[in-house]
Amino acid sequence: MTATTTDTPLALSRPSGVRTLKNALATVFVALATVLTIIPLAWVLATVIIKGYRLLLTPTWWLQSQRGITPRREGGGAYHAIVGTVEMALICAAIAVPLGVMGAILLIEYGRGTKIARGVSFMVDILSGIPSIVAALFIYALFITIFGLGRSAIAVSFALVLLMLPVVLRSTEEMLKLVPDSLREASYSLGVPKWKTIVKVVIPTAFGGIVTGVMLGVARVMGETAPLLILVSYAVGINFSPTSDTMGALPTMINAGRDQPPQFPGYERVWAAALTLIIIVMLLNLLARFIARATTLKEK
Amino acid sequence: MTDTDATEKVQQEHTAADDPSLSPVVDHTEAHLHSPVPTVLHHEHHEPAPAPTPARPAERAPRGVKLAKISRTGDRVFRSLATTSGLAIVLLVLFVGFFLLALALPSLRADQDNFLTSRTWTVAGNELRFGIAGLFWTTVLSSILAMAMAVPVALGVALCLTQYLHKRVSGPVSFVVDLLAAVPSIIFGLWGLTVLGPFLAPAAAWLISTIGWIPLFSKSVDPKGSVFVASVVLAIMILPIVIAISRDVFTQTPRDHIEAALALGATRWEVIRTAVLPHGRSGVVSASMLGLGRALGETIAVMIILTTPPQGAPFTPSIFAGGETFASKIANNAAEFDSPSKTGAYIAAGLVLFVVTFAVNAIARIVAERGAKS
Amino acid sequence: MTMNRLVSSRVTQLAALAALATLSLTACGSDPNSANASGGAEPGSSANASGLGCPAGKLSGEGSSAQANAINEMIADYNAECGDKATIEYNPTGSGAGIKSFYNGLVDFAGSDSALKTQAVDGVVEADKAKERCQGNPAWNLPMVVGPVAFAYNVDGLDKLVLNAETLAQIFNGTIKTWNDPKIAKLNPDAKLPSANITVFFRSDESGTTENTTKFLKSAGNGAWKDEPAKAWTGTGEGKNKSSGVAEATASTKNSITYIEWSYAKDNNLSMAQLDSGNGPVELTGESVAKAVSEAKVKGTDNDLSLELKYSDTQKGAYPALLVTYEIVCSKGLAPESTAILKDFLTYFSSTVAQKKLPDLGYAPLPSDLQSKVQASVAAIQ
Repeated sequence: MTATTTDTPLALSRPSGVRTLKNALATVFVALATVLTIIPLAWVLATVIIKGYRLLLTPTWWLQSQRGITPRREGGGAYHAIVGTVEMALICAAIAVPLGVMGAILLIEYGRGTKIARGVSFMVDILSGIPSIVAALFIYALFITIFGLGRSAIAVSFALVLLMLPVVLRSTEEMLKLVPDSLREASYSLGVPKWKTIVKVVIPTAFGGIVTGVMLGVARVMGETAPLLILVSYAVGINFSPTSDTMGALPTMINAGRDQPPQFPGYERVWAAALTLIIIVMLLNLLARFIARATTLKEK
Repeated sequence: MTDTDATEKVQQEHTAADDPSLSPVVDHTEAHLHSPVPTVLHHEHHEPAPAPTPARPAERAPRGVKLAKISRTGDRVFRSLATTSGLAIVLLVLFVGFFLLALALPSLRADQDNFLTSRTWTVAGNELRFGIAGLFWTTVLSSILAMAMAVPVALGVALCLTQYLHKRVSGPVSFVVDLLAAVPSIIFGLWGLTVLGPFLAPAAAWLISTIGWIPLFSKSVDPKGSVFVASVVLAIMILPIVIAISRDVFTQTPRDHIEAALALGATRWEVIRTAVLPHGRSGVVSASMLGLGRALGETIAVMIILTTPPQGAPFTPSIFAGGETFASKIANNAAEFDSPSKTGAYIAAGLVLFVVTFAVNAIARIVAERGAKS
Repeated sequence: MTMNRLVSSRVTQLAALAALATLSLTACGSDPNSANASGGAEPGSSANASGLGCPAGKLSGEGSSAQANAINEMIADYNAECGDKATIEYNPTGSGAGIKSFYNGLVDFAGSDSALKTQAVDGVVEADKAKERCQGNPAWNLPMVVGPVAFAYNVDGLDKLVLNAETLAQIFNGTIKTWNDPKIAKLNPDAKLPSANITVFFRSDESGTTENTTKFLKSAGNGAWKDEPAKAWTGTGEGKNKSSGVAEATASTKNSITYIEWSYAKDNNLSMAQLDSGNGPVELTGESVAKAVSEAKVKGTDNDLSLELKYSDTQKGAYPALLVTYEIVCSKGLAPESTAILKDFLTYFSSTVAQKKLPDLGYAPLPSDLQSKVQASVAAIQ
């Protein structure tokens, strides 16, 4: 008995007209969105770079403070502000990152669906809406009015924690959610304790995303001005101590100079300080990506 | 069987079968098959030396694999660490909330106007009349506009970076986009005021002339310091957050879902629509909520850009009018908090923001969860 | 080497590198040498007429932003004279914040556009709280910087504009709405006034300049300005953030007018109105302001020099719209180290040499009899 199947080759057809059109529209939209994002980015960056690059090329900018310099005079640098910004951000990160990551671990690993997880999630939602000025006022009322402490950088860091925590926690939470359960289950089935699974399997898998979240948080708090103004003012000289006195930082350096008309040297320092801040955050970003790439577990 | 034998056996099985149940986990540069298990096993398994080969194998029945006692201390410690963090966060927020409420209550009680509906704001002296209606309108309007502009664009960019661009290009491009997050908010304020405002003025004028009959777009005095300009700047400021998180979420779309869609002949858009977006829905919602939180709470940029209307000015819904948001009002007057009642009034305004953010977040979460269930 | 160990060693390497970089960063910065700062006075110059003591230590002040330009230059010059021995800081956060920080003990002196209040405001009497801070000794208000308030406008083709307090009050509260209003035309018979609406700009952030301008409008405005003077603007117009925001808005918006510190109006090249206080139009110059200040009465007792300014019925050639910034100091009771620097610095600030520099910065010097009173009070600080 001979088979009578016709031997038609597989006729692969193109998708219908409507589907192709939708696809093309989607591509156009996506391209447009990217262009729409690049334009203001390029514009802002160009403005900052053009107005501020000149001072960054001098070594005094990186090595001297603004002591003895007024907006009408040339000279000095941003050293005090760079040190202040980095110090306050580091202290803030030292508190916010462990708190945020552990909080996210609680939400995803230990408490999915439990009441405590829902409570924490609810609280973080509330916290994410706090304006930076309200966080600053809270710390002011608590530390300075009630405890009677003076101005300090560490008070700023505490206020910044309130701002950085939701970003770190939420992004860590999303990344942990995306780690497939099969990985966890495979680890459990081999007898690995839960905490080791989290530390050695889940977190390394999500590490890149966690780092992104931390970097977003750090970038945000480094650029915050309101808490600095209220809690640590602005010092033109160098101060390393986080627990006493006023301290300079890049956002307040910008704020101190922005009230001047453009013809004074102080005005250019405003933009140079902004460019310095962007460069610092960019460097931190690069460092973070490098760490993420170096530590993401890959196929053997 | 020795340790290493067991390891190798598992490894072989893994690579050989290319187990589809182990969804590959993607890092940000390339998609790789992920196999942590053998490594873990190799390090952590404290199995005692396997039963020594009996001198006389036939005499003893083979014992089962002796499972090590799984230490519970580590688990207990870690779990309590996590719970403590969670509790610390809850307590922190509750403390902040109650503290601020305590500061605000005396002023709220002394308020002679209706706090929620009044638009006046007189807090000096002994007669307090303040209400947040005007602040509420401007804050919500500017944030909604900013979200409406930013979220679709951010989605588009995130999709572009993950689905359209080649990986070698998307790395540098996403780095460049992340630079937007590095610009301090005060610079956005200055840039918005001096550069963007004048630039958008003709567009604003055109909009007013064509659709100015709609109250939302009606004419106003100074379009440079308008809610419109502030919203555009806010949108630009929240783009990096939404893009970064969405991008990470889209990268983690299971490869086999995408391949399955492709195998069924889907166009790229259909792959996105069926595989990428549904998987990333909760992440995108989270990202948008973070962006919204940022927009609602942004202080300095809005303070610099927005033109403050005089006291007693009539209400205008126009997006080309000025206004004050909760945050900008507090910041504009923070220097002069002479008295507890004055401070309390401003803090009361700040607290409303908490409530607004929470409400929006709650709604978004319900929407996201309902979508995920379906 | 397994993956984890490789990774952790890589991470530790990076961490070590980062730590090293941070440590070296903390070691290599320095303050600029004040002798190198251009425009600074030569150290030990012969202008050191009052023989400064130049003690070492730290002094911090906070308050009015109207005097910020002046006091920053003074601090820089003082440091140049004294070889940078002392660290003096002044933060222009606003008069109210400055006073609050002062009586809470956060700073050593305050700069304020108005003297310490002796009446209770919301249950707080500023003067009493300051006395507490000074260990029971009264705090003194020492006028140091006179800052004229300019009424800057932007109208095409209008080089000269004459206004008086009453007209200004009516413009600022919205009674007068257009430039060619008969009241304005009466004061400017030769000018071509456009029929456009007047756009008023005001300070959206609470400000001592607003307070002093409204004080002027109320007392000299013949009843046209009805509201109490306050740091928050109660008139009409569009609010802009900080003096620079107001200046920029006025400069870029046609047919606008505002009130702004003289230094900002000058630096932004804004046209300023002349004030007619009953004796003819007076232009805003250092001399016309000095004439107005010389009519101020000292209403403080002993060494407290809080002034009552005369805003109307002033002598010919006086420009009465001005504000005086006080340095609020403890007469006694501040830590000895800070007191020494405070006295020395204020001695310099009130000296003729320093006051002479003020007009360049957009301020007016103290008239000589007031200046000697201030110098006497400074010397009496313990």
